[in-house]
Amino acid sequence: MLNISGIQEGYVLDHIKAGMSLRIYHDLKLDKLTKGTVAIIMNAVSNKMGTKDIIKVECPVDAIDLDILGYIDHNITVNIIKDDKIIEKRALTLPKEIRNVIKCKNPRCITSIEQELDQVFFLSDPDTETYRCKYCETAYNN
Amino acid sequence: MDKKPRHLMNPLDFSVEELESLMDLAKDIEANREKYAHACAGKKLATLFYEPSTRTRLSFEAAMLNLGGSVLGFASEDSSSAAKGESVSDTLSVVSCYADICAIRHPKEGAPLVASQHASIPVINAGDGGHQHPTQTLTDLLTIRSLDGKIENLVIGLCGDLKFGRTVHSLINALIRYPNIRFVLISPPELRIPDYIREDVLIKNDIPFEEVIKLEEAMPSLDILYMTRVQKERFFNEEDYLRMKGYYILDKKKMTLAKDNMLVLHPLPRVNEISVEVDEDPRAAYFRQAQYGVYIRMALILTLLDIKV
Repeated sequence: MLNISGIQEGYVLDHIKAGMSLRIYHDLKLDKLTKGTVAIIMNAVSNKMGTKDIIKVECPVDAIDLDILGYIDHNITVNIIKDDKIIEKRALTLPKEIRNVIKCKNPRCITSIEQELDQVFFLSDPDTETYRCKYCETAYNN
Repeated sequence: MDKKPRHLMNPLDFSVEELESLMDLAKDIEANREKYAHACAGKKLATLFYEPSTRTRLSFEAAMLNLGGSVLGFASEDSSSAAKGESVSDTLSVVSCYADICAIRHPKEGAPLVASQHASIPVINAGDGGHQHPTQTLTDLLTIRSLDGKIENLVIGLCGDLKFGRTVHSLINALIRYPNIRFVLISPPELRIPDYIREDVLIKNDIPFEEVIKLEEAMPSLDILYMTRVQKERFFNEEDYLRMKGYYILDKKKMTLAKDNMLVLHPLPRVNEISVEVDEDPRAAYFRQAQYGVYIRMALILTLLDIKV
């Protein structure tokens, strides 16, 4: 059994679908975290899921924008840690807007030619979890 | 600090009440042209047309000239700084220094929205790819209201290219806000209305509609027939275009099936979908529609510039 020590302040992202942790690492921009330690545990044994990934991040609790997690997978458990204790389990919801995470695939969209333009998507239908490009309104399909 | 400018990106940017005021103003302009002849004296409209559109550009320019203002701009991407690789955002930062209001047409969808984010003057979307063409929708609404007297209790037939025709999509979105509107969607199977309009707009809002293939079948029930062109530039290959463009041609014979007071509308330009013999029919309203296009653009310029006469 691999041992990773506890954290003083930060996050434990649990119940990540096995194999998804690296994507989340990039989407949360953890590679750009200037102060903090990140531990990625892959293929951990899970009673609920069989196998799962876990990400532990030692950093100030306001350092990461977690909204995007709701878009990636709202089944992820977010534990917020302070003084070595879980102070909050945050429920994930679909973010109203996501920025620079997914790219518009419509070749007729202005984002295909205008440099420096953020890729912005808005939640157009929470029931079907549909996101549309802010500029051309084309629905994003995975 | 200056007030943030108001833009027009989508016909739904205006509430039904605001649209009513805009159309009231357009009707007043129609009745009192002289009163508005100098309303925009000293003001400049920039027409930034990254793709050719004689009609829309001239309509905007005529609108500004009718108001006593002046116009500047370009009529194709080749003659603009975009040919040198300038971004839309940079162009708008600069044009904001030259003009008081601008109308932008661009082949890329969402370009006018980018423009509005970088402009300190009101920006009007004059058409962006297959996405939106709000001033056409405002024109259509004004034409219906002026010639039919109301926008309610109507059976509206939309015919032709319902898949790529942005005017149709915008018009449906705008019309569903009015009471008791029913649609008959007339198109070949290849050019049916997209799912995101059928499901997300019509079905979701409980709007009655039917989809038919033959124009003749639909004619007797219609109050308005909105014809559209099968646009060559929306197709990726010529073969598909040639196969479909002749599907739906309105002629004198089909007009005999229609109600006496039905109106035929068309965003223009037409290719061959309305036979010229229909032009003399009093129900043919498409040239009057073009005139209403100037009035509504005049009203829009005044409204966005916050000029009261």
